[in-house]
Amino acid sequence: MSDPKDFVAGIDSDQRRSPTRVVFVTRRTSAQVKVTQEDQVQTFPEVLFRAALAIELLAIALVLFSLFFNAPLEGIADPTHTPNPAKAPWYFLGLQELLHYFPPVVAGVLVPTLLILSLVVIPYFNVNIEANGLFLRDRTKRLRLFYLTALGMLVFLLAFKVYVAAAPTVIVALAMIVAAYSSPESPSRLRRYLALKPLAYWIMTWFLFELIVLTAVGTWFRGPGWSWVLPWRS
Amino acid sequence: MSAKTDQLVEQVRGSRVWRSIFRSGTGNSTLHRALAIQQNIFLHLFATKVRKRMVRFSATWYLGTLTLGTFFILVITGILLMLYYHPSVPQAYADMKDLQFVVSSGLFLRNLHRWSAQLMVFLVFAHMFKVFYRGAYRAPREFNWVIGVVLLVITLLLSYTGYLLPWDQLAFWAITVGSNLSSAVPLVGNKIHFLLLGGNQVNANALLRFYVFCPLQRFSSSPFTSGVFARTAAFTFNSRNQSRVHRTSPRST
Repeated sequence: MSDPKDFVAGIDSDQRRSPTRVVFVTRRTSAQVKVTQEDQVQTFPEVLFRAALAIELLAIALVLFSLFFNAPLEGIADPTHTPNPAKAPWYFLGLQELLHYFPPVVAGVLVPTLLILSLVVIPYFNVNIEANGLFLRDRTKRLRLFYLTALGMLVFLLAFKVYVAAAPTVIVALAMIVAAYSSPESPSRLRRYLALKPLAYWIMTWFLFELIVLTAVGTWFRGPGWSWVLPWRS
Repeated sequence: MSAKTDQLVEQVRGSRVWRSIFRSGTGNSTLHRALAIQQNIFLHLFATKVRKRMVRFSATWYLGTLTLGTFFILVITGILLMLYYHPSVPQAYADMKDLQFVVSSGLFLRNLHRWSAQLMVFLVFAHMFKVFYRGAYRAPREFNWVIGVVLLVITLLLSYTGYLLPWDQLAFWAITVGSNLSSAVPLVGNKIHFLLLGGNQVNANALLRFYVFCPLQRFSSSPFTSGVFARTAAFTFNSRNQSRVHRTSPRST
């Protein structure tokens, strides 16, 4: 609202020459739509039957899977015999991987707490409301800030030798550079797509990448003493 | 259907007992279908109508529905498994062996519970990302998202408490690794660790605690789960008078 107008209404607009002009919609404004006339269907039966069908298919798939694959069961718990490596459940292996590099208070307390907090506040910061590409406004300033942040993070990760987390960072940073040098009118579909992505998208995508890579590495690529192993070479 | 079955169906629907359960009556009219949603204790959180394009598979990938599906399977198999399980050392492990070799379909039951639990964790994560990328947390649904994050944490915790129950090496050391993290909390870490396990290391007390927490969290989360499922469904599928801010971007559609 406080933005200066980036348009000028034609002062000499002549109703006879442009009789159909009703409203100005400029590039960054949103039109509040009170009522949308869209095709609707009844929740019952259209949605409920679909949901029931989805759940039934899921049940069939899980039953089949459970018939052919047994849940793991090792020897009885023995507190005197520590397996090497001792691994947490797979969904915590990303954190356990971080635990390898950082002290427990960082990897086990600080990181999860901050993660949950930042997830909770997402809707309250109007994140990602308007799909404005990150580099479409204040381009020079934002590019400079981006390079600084990306470089700072990489230096930090490399200083702690967290090469595993550095890889997704590099990939996302490269995608962001492509986005920065793409126009929303680009003939390439991918570049148009990237150019229009806001900051929140990039942060979440980076988080998703890190989550997948760290969990996968913790699950398959870590052996005795948390050393790097290849899963296909036992 | 033959005329005879049709007649039978109509007779049942018209009967006093049926009418006492479905008080709005049932029928093919829009009104009846709307009332079927509105007057049902479980379904009334839904909107009675839904935008057509939100029913498409690509809109939701059915991730919320499927999460609810795994939840149902977990409750059913979980209750059945409880019938064969003693939360004591070393009986818990013996029960696993019994499930495998003595109980009819015991292994299958345990497999189904285990795989559903793993899938549920995966689906909850997938659902969160899908909701984010769809922007479905925007006003007026902010608090839905918050409940979603709470459910994510609860799902992780209950999957984690369930992890100890087989009392095998895998379970024991996974919980040892995980619970050791809690001692890293500044000042009160050791106290939390003790509270969590009922001791200084994973032992019979911890097993009992986790056995109590696992279904406890499940039941505490169940109204939550169905609530968020229905609410997201109701909101993403949208009721008619919901005002919506439409995005306008250079390439908005």
